[in-house]
Amino acid sequence: MSRNGPLALAYHTLFVAFILAPIVIVCIVAFTPEGFLSIPTERFSLRWFRAIAQYPEFIDAFWNSVWLAALSSAIAVGFSVPAALAIARHDFRGREAMTALFLSPLMVPHVVLGIAFLRFFTQIGLGGTFVGLVLSHIVVVFPFALRLVLSSAVGMDRAIENAAVSLGATNAAVFRRITLPLILPGLASGWALAFIQSFDEVTMTVFIAAPGTVTLPVRMFLYIQDNIDPLVTSVSACVIAVTTVFLVALDRIYGLERLLVGRGQQEGA
Amino acid sequence: MSAPGGARSAQAAARPYLLSAPALLLFTGVVLIPIAMTVILSFHDWGQYKGIEPVFILKNWREVIEDGYFHEMFLRTLRISVLVTLVAAVFGAPEAYILNRMRNPWKGIFLLVILGPLLISVVARTLGWALLFGGETGVINKALLNMGVIQAPIPFMFTETGVVIALSHVLMPFMVLSVWAGLQRLDPQVENAALSLGASPVTVLRRIVLPQVMPGILSGAIIVFALAASAFATPAIIGGRRLKVAATLAYDEFLNTLNWPLGAAVATLLLVALVVIIVGCNRLVERRYAQVFQ
Repeated sequence: MSRNGPLALAYHTLFVAFILAPIVIVCIVAFTPEGFLSIPTERFSLRWFRAIAQYPEFIDAFWNSVWLAALSSAIAVGFSVPAALAIARHDFRGREAMTALFLSPLMVPHVVLGIAFLRFFTQIGLGGTFVGLVLSHIVVVFPFALRLVLSSAVGMDRAIENAAVSLGATNAAVFRRITLPLILPGLASGWALAFIQSFDEVTMTVFIAAPGTVTLPVRMFLYIQDNIDPLVTSVSACVIAVTTVFLVALDRIYGLERLLVGRGQQEGA
Repeated sequence: MSAPGGARSAQAAARPYLLSAPALLLFTGVVLIPIAMTVILSFHDWGQYKGIEPVFILKNWREVIEDGYFHEMFLRTLRISVLVTLVAAVFGAPEAYILNRMRNPWKGIFLLVILGPLLISVVARTLGWALLFGGETGVINKALLNMGVIQAPIPFMFTETGVVIALSHVLMPFMVLSVWAGLQRLDPQVENAALSLGASPVTVLRRIVLPQVMPGILSGAIIVFALAASAFATPAIIGGRRLKVAATLAYDEFLNTLNWPLGAAVATLLLVALVVIIVGCNRLVERRYAQVFQ
């Protein structure tokens, strides 16, 4: 394989600078000692990080987001296991259409989903409730959970299951003792990817979150709409830091490109 | 599992349906029904004092299709999406190619750096652009002024230029990912063969590399276009209240004006337009590059 020339490397440097610039500036401005937005030149200060503690609305929203993401991802994974086994192992009428339906939240604009849920939940009396938020997030993260569980179910060696059956194991025992442990890595990474997607979701959630159930990204978005001050940069810097740790861990354990690349292939199929 | 006997085989045939039943029920209840309700809502009437009236009229659709205000807004959405798709393709595809030619560990590191932002909050990334664009921290204008490239600061905030730049950044990883995934399926020896047979690097790029990465670029373009056309947080923050696109307009109708039926019509039109464009483009790409997708 030939190497990149100097021109290619210069381009690469500029490209990486473009990708990192907005993320880096948020983290720098967050350390400003001033009362207004500025780039700290002489000294760095933690004053705006300390200020977060005085704004319970951000802390509450953070915990709302964590619970919402953990719960909806877990339920989505739970729903996706039997569906993934059906898609991976059986050839049945309506298989393609069903797969398309399950992946549709990737294609339907989240603003449309937000509107649809707002109307739907208001009609059935779940408007602004945490239950409504969980239901909507399950659906939105479902494609990510399904894709990863599916890829581990497809790659699984079925000879072990057949061996267990021939030795007299019941279906339930085969699932619990053989199938489940084998697809566990897919389940775990599916949950992690679903968690991040739920945690970051803003477009749909902004329609259906009530003041008591607001999530962190929605709170940040509404805050920025009013005005941008150093407080929201320090909150963002925290979010960036936490996500980056999560990201590097996920990359080490599972491989980021393996986690993300499936998308295009799945849609092409 | 394929035991003989009618009862067993009927049971086996029902099995995939039983397995997928929970998820199917969930999607029927929480996706299909709400979307159907939104489509129906778009035909209802609305008044400042009477609220939503469940009648069947075409008023909202007529307004969305005939009113110049909505034309301008949908045209702006289309213009921004096309520009973002072009920027992502023109700048993202070469980067994917360069990335693919790197050695480990650099390849892994930069892949993480470029794809990682995909998982970082859109609000935080857009806030970064708001900081780079305007006010005391407007680094871009300061740098350009200092270098003497421009005489007066370029207005980025509340302009389409700003929205296009920020949105290109937000969606760029999807393009790099798509082209990069396409490159993984290629045999690097084809390039070397062409070079050893005396082709110039430019010819290799044009005749060998470009046709091979084209499917990746096109499928990336479909994803970027669809996400740009329905983007919400970035145009809302960078574009502000006056520079509206389809998603922010629907938001305003729903949560500020409270004219839900009209907002539902805007959303339905966005959904239908996107599905038509995506399915149409997918067909086109698949037919043109049928052999590559095998």
